Amino acid sequence: MSLMSWIDERFPATKVWNEHLAQYYAPKNFNSWYFFGSLAMLVLVNQILTGVWLAMAYKPDANLAFASVEYIMRDMDYGWLIRYMHSTGASAFFIVVYLHMFRGLMYGSYRKPRELLWIIGLVIYLAMMATAFFGYLLPWGQMSYWGAQVIVNLFSAVPFIGDDLSLWIRGDYVISDATLNRFFALHFLLPFILAALVFIHIVALHKVGSNNPDGIEIKKGPKGNRWSDTAPADGIPFHPYYSVKDIFGVGMFLIFFAAVIFFIPDMHGLFLEAPNFEPANPLKTPPHIAPVWYFTPFYAMLRAVPPMFNSQFPGVIVMFASILIMFFLPWLDRSPVKSIRYKGPLFKIALAIFAVTFIVLAYLGMHPATPTKTMLARIFTGVYFAFFLLMPLYSKIDKTKPVPERVTK
Amino acid sequence: MKKWIVLIVMALLPVAGFANEEGVELESANIDLSDNAAIQRGAKYFTNYCMGCHSAKYVRYKLMEKVGLTESMIKDNLIFDGSKVGGLMKIAMPSEYAAGSFGAPAPDLTLEARRRGSDWVYSYLKSFYTDPSRPTGVNNKVFHNVGMPNILWELEGIKDPVYKYEVKEGTETVAEFDSEAEAEQMVKDKGEGFHVEKVVSGFSKRSQGKLSDEEFDGVVRDITTYLTYIAEPVRLEREHMGVWVLLFLVVFTILAYLMKKEWWKDVH
Repeated sequence: MSLMSWIDERFPATKVWNEHLAQYYAPKNFNSWYFFGSLAMLVLVNQILTGVWLAMAYKPDANLAFASVEYIMRDMDYGWLIRYMHSTGASAFFIVVYLHMFRGLMYGSYRKPRELLWIIGLVIYLAMMATAFFGYLLPWGQMSYWGAQVIVNLFSAVPFIGDDLSLWIRGDYVISDATLNRFFALHFLLPFILAALVFIHIVALHKVGSNNPDGIEIKKGPKGNRWSDTAPADGIPFHPYYSVKDIFGVGMFLIFFAAVIFFIPDMHGLFLEAPNFEPANPLKTPPHIAPVWYFTPFYAMLRAVPPMFNSQFPGVIVMFASILIMFFLPWLDRSPVKSIRYKGPLFKIALAIFAVTFIVLAYLGMHPATPTKTMLARIFTGVYFAFFLLMPLYSKIDKTKPVPERVTK
Repeated sequence: MKKWIVLIVMALLPVAGFANEEGVELESANIDLSDNAAIQRGAKYFTNYCMGCHSAKYVRYKLMEKVGLTESMIKDNLIFDGSKVGGLMKIAMPSEYAAGSFGAPAPDLTLEARRRGSDWVYSYLKSFYTDPSRPTGVNNKVFHNVGMPNILWELEGIKDPVYKYEVKEGTETVAEFDSEAEAEQMVKDKGEGFHVEKVVSGFSKRSQGKLSDEEFDGVVRDITTYLTYIAEPVRLEREHMGVWVLLFLVVFTILAYLMKKEWWKDVH
């Protein structure tokens, strides 16, 4: 104990432990949707650890990259396992984060006083997308190459500076060795920025306190529980209660994660795409280029917009707008209640339609455009934006239920 | 528990609708990856028939030790260019030469079975037919206008194509005929918007090769088994390991659940 006090006099170890774990009071009514935050952190750690080990054998060189991945898969001890953990982890990261975000949508976790928490979360999401995009080029397969080509070309649609901009991103006139090298550097850097952003996310969370499925501010409710007279009555210490509960969540997650890694690592071409088993060939365009599944909703929206004035720029704007609009969510929701439990039928229907829309757009973005599919993509792009833009209206006129004083089970 | 079901469904949804890729019907390769003898035979056929043009340059010869061959067996039966047993299965043919002779360099086959699927490899090798308009004298039903000659013809024999005639409205097939005249007649009757497309529907043997049809299917199946094996040598090992990992995780998760229950007893 004297060692601990020696440390505490120089570094607030016990203080941090108490403030963020042992005496951080979280609402006692979290349900399964509250697993996904800690699971996202777990996957981030998985990505960083497996990524560092992959980087020990990976060669960011256009002539060597593909072969070095095969070296990892064949000759490195358990290299295949590390690589599948990383490739499956990328998809798992997005699945977990999409569910984490959906939880936020359901229970109004973006509402006052958690606006900044939501915005920091979206910045994390953007950093994740950038990391995934840079990482996807590294295996240097056909889909890596042509996917990157298509996405970097989006920037050339920007008026006036577009060509110079895409040239600056690539470092060459086409995706090449120079591009691969810098993408590797950025792919290695970004996860650490991501980790820093997650830290900031948690600092913001612990300032305002966790929301809960009832959308009730436990800090505003009665005080006093078994552990403290000043703590919220509906709060329980994060540690040990939620640390123990999250271990169970981790177990459940790992069962699914391991099932994919060991039995269907390519997920029928969704997590590892078939054309990526062929080395990048700048002279041979694959018949159908599509980004990885987690980008396809946005890709579908990009393709849905017809070119105007001989420019793809409107589509690019729509695609970026589809992400930027999420930043305004805290101010678009005018409902007097936070949680879907007490919101009326309009919001429930809107959220259900939004979830379906996101999945349909993901599906449409994966497949080659046909007239029917383009028409569908246009309709669902409209629905996607309507969910946000009409929210001030439908959330305000919606019939809400009275919110109880205390959290329910 | 319900939430977890939602999670699985959401994770799997994008997979639905992904199953049906375009194109030709493929025959099931029906391979058995645990059949080491088939992999060994496939390795022999591959080094004898395929490696003249195709490399498997991410694979080491030594890999065959994992399916039961000894170093000297590998050296005597599979290596013809003095490569070391630990060496990669590269070839001497420069890709420029191949591009000049066959229109395209012969692709490396290490990952071919993973890229196109085992059924594709199996069907492709069985789908060559005579076509005098092609420089190699053959065409392929699965890979139209392929540059590769039918390297296994000595074993298989020579097959002529049997055609059928599809009447199409736009891209949709509305009727099929064995004779061209009947199909043309239908187009004439229907008029605008219809056309005939000539499609290879099957083959007729012109001459039998050294092997019977069953024996030849066996050879192709062995090659397919080998190519599937080298595309991901660790596959069986990973599935075997996966069973134990999942068993461990299930026990771990049950214990974690019981521990959670115990801790949460006093939360009301």
